[in-house]
Amino acid sequence: MPARVITVTSGKGGVGKTTTTANVGVALALLGKRVACLDADIGLRNLDMVLGLENRIIYDVVDVIEGRCRLRQALIKDKRLSELYLLPASQKRDKSAVRPEDLIKICNDLKPEFDFVLIDSAAGIEEGFRTAVAPADEVVIVTNPEVSAVRDADRVVGLIEAVEKGPARLIVNRLKPGLVQRGDMLDTGDVLDILAIDLIGIVPEDEGVLISTNRGNPAAFDEKSAAGRSFRNIARRLNGEDVPFETFKDQSGLFRRLSRMLRRDSSRRGR
Amino acid sequence: MNKIKSFFQRSAQPSSREAAKQRLQLVLVHDRNQIEPGMLELIKDEIIAVISKHLDIDRNNVQVNFTQGERESRLVADIPLTPKRPIRK
Repeated sequence: MPARVITVTSGKGGVGKTTTTANVGVALALLGKRVACLDADIGLRNLDMVLGLENRIIYDVVDVIEGRCRLRQALIKDKRLSELYLLPASQKRDKSAVRPEDLIKICNDLKPEFDFVLIDSAAGIEEGFRTAVAPADEVVIVTNPEVSAVRDADRVVGLIEAVEKGPARLIVNRLKPGLVQRGDMLDTGDVLDILAIDLIGIVPEDEGVLISTNRGNPAAFDEKSAAGRSFRNIARRLNGEDVPFETFKDQSGLFRRLSRMLRRDSSRRGR
Repeated sequence: MNKIKSFFQRSAQPSSREAAKQRLQLVLVHDRNQIEPGMLELIKDEIIAVISKHLDIDRNNVQVNFTQGERESRLVADIPLTPKRPIRK
């Protein structure tokens, strides 16, 4: 069966598109799937760093399009997972170097060789976004439980429907269970009420993601990481498994919560 | 005492989560219909002007709002008429 092409996008920048693409890619490869991760954020290459493959790049996607190398030569093979590959973005060029039909051609060439092609989209709703969505069979929208990210996600939901790539599915990233419990953060249910699309995953805020990204070793490899577990569950759901959605409790202990409460009280009195 | 007061004050107003949700729901109705919130007021005034050419309407109680379904929304105008002759009971 040819690969499913899944574009990861968000509207707003900084919500975790690249982190999600890298981790879901790793998690799918851990399931034994053949995965190609394609960085479509031309000019702002980052998926290579998050995957820890930045030192191995020779050619990039623009080199393939402009005929300086073959697709096979530009694909970087991961050393940890033999079925995981990266096609890096160009760092020297900008969005205009890749047209939608270029990316469609590349994906068509990748399809027979892989089970999944994951495309990391540029932020925004302009050229870069449109190019990244053009080859998609499915679209995943990443958002944070926060007003600006949800508003932008809603715009993207509409645009995806307009180009008949919908319905997109949603990942709620960086959920802070403690804040939700205190009534100070939108819960996943709130976000779903507002956006009215299907959920494919909830990822809790997890310092471990930053630390593992610092090392170029995605959290999905880490058995103990809460976010890593969520990314692995997303991969299983994408693969058609019926995995119940996680419920998260405030991870911090009673002592930390008490001291936080006291601190808040004293700062209020100080005002 | 202060602590108790602030405790009650906090619970009196809706949580920031609720506030975020309500604000999003409102702003998205306008986003999805590509219309600025102030434009709705203008539409309302124009509707009043058109209708009142033909009917006597109670201008102060006209309501024009969007209602939001799953992903479709509609513009609902509620225009009360002023009765021409008093209704006998």
